[in-house]
Amino acid sequence: MFEILRTRLRQGSRTVPFPAEQPLPERFRGLPVLDRDAATEARDLPSALLTTGADGAARLDVGACLFCPEEAGPGPAGTVRFTSDYRLASSTREGLSTDGDVTERVQALNDAARRLFGRSLRLRSVVAGSCGGCEAELVALGNVVFDLARFGIQFVASPRHADGIVITGAYSRNMQVAVQSTYDATPAPKLVIAVGACAISGGPFRGSPEVGHSAPAGVPVDLWVPGCPPHPFTLLDGLLRLLGRLPERMAATAGSTANPVDSRAVGR
Amino acid sequence: MNASGPEGFRNRIAVPFGAVPDQRVEDFRETVLLAIAAGARLLSFFGLPERDDRTRLVAVLACDESSQLSAVTTVVVDRYPALTPDCPQARTFEREIAEQCAVIPEQHPWLKPLRRHLPDHRPPGSARVILDPADHPFFHIRGEEVHEVAVGPVHAGIIEPGHFRFQAHGEEVLFLEIMLGYQHRGVEALLETTGRERAMLVAESIAGDTVIGHAGAFCGAIEALARSRKPPRAQTIRGIALELERMANHIGDLGAIAGDIAFQPAAAFFGRMRGECLNLLMTLSGNRYGRGLVRPGGVQFDLPSAMATEMRARLERLRDELAPVATLMFSNAGVQARLEGVGVLTPEQCLELGFVGPVARACNVTRDVRHDHPYGIFRFAHIPVAAAWDGDVHARALVRWIEVQRSLEFTLEQLAALPRGDSIAPCDALRPNELVVAMQEGWRGEIVHTVITDDRGAIRRHKITDPSFHNWTALAVAMPGNQISDFPLCNKSFNLSYAGHDL
Repeated sequence: MFEILRTRLRQGSRTVPFPAEQPLPERFRGLPVLDRDAATEARDLPSALLTTGADGAARLDVGACLFCPEEAGPGPAGTVRFTSDYRLASSTREGLSTDGDVTERVQALNDAARRLFGRSLRLRSVVAGSCGGCEAELVALGNVVFDLARFGIQFVASPRHADGIVITGAYSRNMQVAVQSTYDATPAPKLVIAVGACAISGGPFRGSPEVGHSAPAGVPVDLWVPGCPPHPFTLLDGLLRLLGRLPERMAATAGSTANPVDSRAVGR
Repeated sequence: MNASGPEGFRNRIAVPFGAVPDQRVEDFRETVLLAIAAGARLLSFFGLPERDDRTRLVAVLACDESSQLSAVTTVVVDRYPALTPDCPQARTFEREIAEQCAVIPEQHPWLKPLRRHLPDHRPPGSARVILDPADHPFFHIRGEEVHEVAVGPVHAGIIEPGHFRFQAHGEEVLFLEIMLGYQHRGVEALLETTGRERAMLVAESIAGDTVIGHAGAFCGAIEALARSRKPPRAQTIRGIALELERMANHIGDLGAIAGDIAFQPAAAFFGRMRGECLNLLMTLSGNRYGRGLVRPGGVQFDLPSAMATEMRARLERLRDELAPVATLMFSNAGVQARLEGVGVLTPEQCLELGFVGPVARACNVTRDVRHDHPYGIFRFAHIPVAAAWDGDVHARALVRWIEVQRSLEFTLEQLAALPRGDSIAPCDALRPNELVVAMQEGWRGEIVHTVITDDRGAIRRHKITDPSFHNWTALAVAMPGNQISDFPLCNKSFNLSYAGHDL
């Protein structure tokens, strides 16, 4: 017992404040932006990061971004580069498509939802054809450094105990039944959070006949968190913004459009 | 072992595919069984489509003592006599062949779907299916007091999906059958059809906690086929990244094992320290798992001396913080009581069933690719192979702790002695009609990427064998006789990859 206490004293308290005070390392690849400077010839990207908007102008789809160095560089619309901004999440799939710079993209849940979930959110993880990387970062959220529990958020063992599900993976064929069952077993009102490039757009496996695309059909998503995998700060930022817990840049009265929770808290 | 395969065939040395002895199926079978009886190991055994509705089978054998490989091949139509009854190491490979290529291994004692998908490596035009992905009959034990427990695919924690079917008598597990395939994403087919840049990203994503392991094996195969130069600086940086990955995962496993026996202090401290290793990988590559670093020809990010100095300082601090926590955990009587004698595996089981990695080394079966088939920096810097004897959860935890310490020392040494020169060299076109096997000692064990090119130099077959492909059986073999409530602890002591198995 004495040794345990002594070790704890030596280890010290290592929980980092959030929002983070220390910047991430120089090589960290955060939000991609498009500098519309000199155009160069087209090159093949290993992902669907660069898309074309309805007006024909180039756009970046952060939900399709794999955050690999090869995605950065010059092209016909300008130069793509990664910034150090770890704030990537959005309340809508469309919100992940940018015309090349930072926008406010996570809208906090409405008042009724915040009353239910704002200080106590229980989440159930569902993995549907992933590589395991996103889950590792979700697990890291629970360690003493990121300490998800200090925000009243924790992962639970059963969908019956959960307020929402966190889906990772590219939606493999063999998980169709399990994902649907887990969603159905979660009592309403409930949230759905899609984490990682795979859950948003298929990730590196985009195009394989063994995986689906974006979220399972018919299940509305409240929060989309890009990354491959998303850094724990990106996850924390997305979750806390959704709950309206980050003071700055909080949307006024906008509610999540995907799973509206009204004051009668009627299930879906 | 009689090397019947191509001359000079070793880890990451490509050979002409035509030089692989092409035998009739009866002789093929005998060649493989004789080699195994003489002490070789079945490294890889797979099928690829041939013309005329035929399937070519290739077996690669490894002689760990002489660091040599050999291979033999045959062509079959829709069936062949299975190797498994005489060579249990082949059991999973043959289920995979049945599933991928729609070829029946006759007399296979456990022919069930493996990843539960339709064949994706059949001859062109074939519609044959041997195994119905929806039909996975489970082994049952009948008896008045015997009951069946099903766990998964969705598990209690944040973990990949898999299904475990126990036959239990009260608390005691009589039998465990594991059904996987939930994470099947079609990795091999992707690697065989997309361009190199996308394939590199798929390779990094085979198992998200083994980015460096699989990326290194992938690049090793490509570089051998392209005959590209291997700059020593690049090999050293790859070695540093591989060992950081090993440390991160082993420290995480020690924390997870501590958590499962409710020894919270070690769970908390090790959990944080795993992150320190990931943060070192992030400093080097911009990503906590090392994505973006390993590329054909070398590494995409160099390691400047200021960064090396900073990384050394962080590692030295980590070394000072790790030791007291490990002592705290391993010297605790309660911890010992919980870990010792649980989930026991024997050396005989390891040898018969072909287990690899720390799982085997904890039974004193000292297989380690860095030692047996050295490559890259490991030809020059030797990390002593860690071993323990008892084959229980305690031994597997101990092997991890030993490996953490040795990898840490290795990393400190290499950071202080980075060779000058390029960090990446050009890696161009692949030679046609060649076979290469690239082995890597990932943190779970031996990773094998086998690549065959066609006559245009394109990839004809890319076969991946993750260490979990073999080692999932170890969990099934170790559980009987244990309490079902010890399943999470045993599972964590093996820590197998669902994604690495399912591809």
